[in-house]
Amino acid sequence: MDYGTLRGIFTVLIFVLFIIIVLWAYHKNRKSSFDEVANSIFDDDKNNNVNNDKQETNNNV
Amino acid sequence: MSQSNLTEIDYNYNVVRQFTVMTVIWGIVGTLVGVLIAAQLIWPALNFDTPWLTYSRLRPLHTNAVIFAFGTSALFATSYYVVQRTCKTALFGGKLVAFTFWGWQAVILSAVVTLPLGLTSSKEYAELEWPIDILLAVVWISYAIVFFGTLLKRKTSHIYVANWFFGGFILTVAVLHIGNSMVIPLTLTKSYSLYPGAIDAMMQWWYGHNAVGFLLTAGFLGMMYYFVPKQAERPVYSYRLSIVHFWALVSLYIWAGPHHLHYTALPDWTQSVGMVMSIVLFLPSWGGMINGIMTLSGAWHKLRYDPILRFLIVSLSFYGMSTFEGPMMAIKSVNALSHYTDWTVGHVHSGALGWVAMVSIGAMYHLIPVLFNQGRMYSIKLINVHFWLHTTGIVLYIVAMWISGVMQGLMWRAVNTDGTLTYSFVESLQASYPFYIIRFLGGVLVVTGFLLMAYNMFKTIGAKDGSLEKEAIAA
Repeated sequence: MDYGTLRGIFTVLIFVLFIIIVLWAYHKNRKSSFDEVANSIFDDDKNNNVNNDKQETNNNV
Repeated sequence: MSQSNLTEIDYNYNVVRQFTVMTVIWGIVGTLVGVLIAAQLIWPALNFDTPWLTYSRLRPLHTNAVIFAFGTSALFATSYYVVQRTCKTALFGGKLVAFTFWGWQAVILSAVVTLPLGLTSSKEYAELEWPIDILLAVVWISYAIVFFGTLLKRKTSHIYVANWFFGGFILTVAVLHIGNSMVIPLTLTKSYSLYPGAIDAMMQWWYGHNAVGFLLTAGFLGMMYYFVPKQAERPVYSYRLSIVHFWALVSLYIWAGPHHLHYTALPDWTQSVGMVMSIVLFLPSWGGMINGIMTLSGAWHKLRYDPILRFLIVSLSFYGMSTFEGPMMAIKSVNALSHYTDWTVGHVHSGALGWVAMVSIGAMYHLIPVLFNQGRMYSIKLINVHFWLHTTGIVLYIVAMWISGVMQGLMWRAVNTDGTLTYSFVESLQASYPFYIIRFLGGVLVVTGFLLMAYNMFKTIGAKDGSLEKEAIAA
């Protein structure tokens, strides 16, 4: 197998891997854990007594 | 969850404070040098016949100061802050952390000394000579150890998306810098590239464009994914889109370099690959921009009274604009018109002043009160003034450069019926003067904004702890 073919196979592999990442990310099983992670950056505020109304951070998408 | 523990984490904010203050200082220095060289293009006498004040030596100083001193200090500050907060653990690395700060400042100071002296490797954005390059590599590897070490000892199960972008940026910049800086030293201050001819050019723009892609884009996207949701007080629009955004962006950017070398000695097919990859790159760029801006959906009213959020969101608008313009300019036939003209300069500044600087400024205004135990910045009004100075400055700058650039491109390619050139180069230069004046004015506005920011920052730092209280919104 020459170098060109090898590079070709590698490119296809990367492309397939990317499709898998997209399918993985958009699978509905991931949704709740992703929502949790997206909201995790607000965890630390809850301890501080900063009076922010964070209730509106409900799920979107 | 163990929420009671969270407040007890002894975050290392000291290094974040240091980098934050230096970001603002270097922001002033970098843009001030920029304004000086912009003025030199109108009034050449401003180099005072002094070698180290000439345009050719100050221009690399300007680019190094804004990219590596201002931009990268902002990235150090925000990545160290975000990685600690999202991993709920203090920085890894002990003394190495302080070394990254002092080491990085040493790199910048060496640049400030050597570049005006004319010591340069002549590679754009990689001008520093080899001893400084080695120091830079050592500091950068220490940065990687601190950052990834912190990720490893995280107390959370998931790695928040901002850290993926920061991590991708740190790793790739190390590879790019070490790869492109391979030289054979002749003396302490002079070296020659290891790569020959066209390969050297390709290495340089593989480095150059990925410095744009990973340092000036991925790093600042990391900033965006933390500070936009945080300032808007709502989670990112779509977390799954952010994952696809990350992988698409990092796998495509690496190919775009050849568009800097259209119609050169680079093989034609390489140029075409670079062009196609640059066009495809539009998709992840806009995916990310939409993800950032849509985070505000349902909370648009916040833009009305929060100038910090305005900085962050307008930065994304500029990001969208320049990532549309970039792929377009990468098309070979468009590039034939735009290359070597002021259009390129305008494009770079819409990205640098619009995207990079505005998202950093927004993040800094968010950070400074947190780091110095205050509820808010000393003056919200001054942030607003800064916003308008900065925005007006950019608009003046890029509109002037667009007109000047397209005009130059058209004048250079105009030919008479007998095939001779219609205009001499000097004629195109003379036609650009009015636009250089507008650009200079835009630059002055940007520097003024930075000075206000410094004033506001030092007033906030100097105020008694907790004396600046968060204002009740819409009261």
